[in-house]
Amino acid sequence: MNLSSREFWGIVHGMGLGALYLLAFAGAFAGLWSLRSRLLTNEGVNERMPRLKAGLAIMAVVAWLTVITGTWIVYPWYRAGATDVCERTAVADVPEECGAKWDLLADSNTAEWHDFAMEWKEHVAWIVPLFATAVAAAVIYLGRDLLTRGDVRRQLIWFLVASFGLAAIAGLFGALITKNAPVV
Amino acid sequence: MASTDEVVDTARESDPRRRPFGPVAAVFIAAGVGSVVLGILTTAAEASKSFADALQWFDRVGPLSGKTLVAVAVFFIAWGVLHAMWRDKDPAPGRIFLWSWILLAVGVLLTFPIFFQMFAPD
Repeated sequence: MNLSSREFWGIVHGMGLGALYLLAFAGAFAGLWSLRSRLLTNEGVNERMPRLKAGLAIMAVVAWLTVITGTWIVYPWYRAGATDVCERTAVADVPEECGAKWDLLADSNTAEWHDFAMEWKEHVAWIVPLFATAVAAAVIYLGRDLLTRGDVRRQLIWFLVASFGLAAIAGLFGALITKNAPVV
Repeated sequence: MASTDEVVDTARESDPRRRPFGPVAAVFIAAGVGSVVLGILTTAAEASKSFADALQWFDRVGPLSGKTLVAVAVFFIAWGVLHAMWRDKDPAPGRIFLWSWILLAVGVLLTFPIFFQMFAPD
């Protein structure tokens, strides 16, 4: 039993970094949701504020690392090969050196996994770290001010939810594409 | 009846220790602008093969390399410039977040395949 380099980086990208971001969302959401002066003592705020700031900062870093590893390490293996060599009408005819993309496109039943799912995932995923960074920067900067700025806190929660939703789309499509045509 | 923004501004006047909203506005608007730039490049690359080729800065990654590097560069530059402009300002959060949502929505639309593939040449 061993992992190829491609499988290893696929796991780092999807099941490591990507999954970590999605799992961390619940903690960040709960932390922001309950950050209200009527729910917390002064001690409670002192205890949780550094954790919330650190958690959101780590989430932003993880979001960046997820898209960087996906685009610059895993994606080149997925799209490897030139059109004139790899474009075939049967999966069995796709040369071995061609990436998973060409296996998907060779079968009309799976072509949409590239034309729609991968095309959306590879682009929209890059919006996630932009807004994850914005939310983290806002919480780090405003800190305790958020206790009395409910309007800002609520908007930060909604942007966190939006970035989570986009990450979930990318993650789900990544898993389903890999199921149909793994990068090996 | 006062709007939410007016209430917030009044709160700032009554509590001068409260931090100005400008730095938060800067990073959110920058994130929105970065999203829109990514979307514009995605749609333009679909519409023009020569433009897509111009974005292919690294062959192994293809045009996605140029699209993402430009969008990320725009985000960080916009963040720095807006932060320098707004660091002591206190814009209304409601207006800033509304623009951020609009920019985010435009970015998502322009990176949605069913939309940008409409611009692909026949």
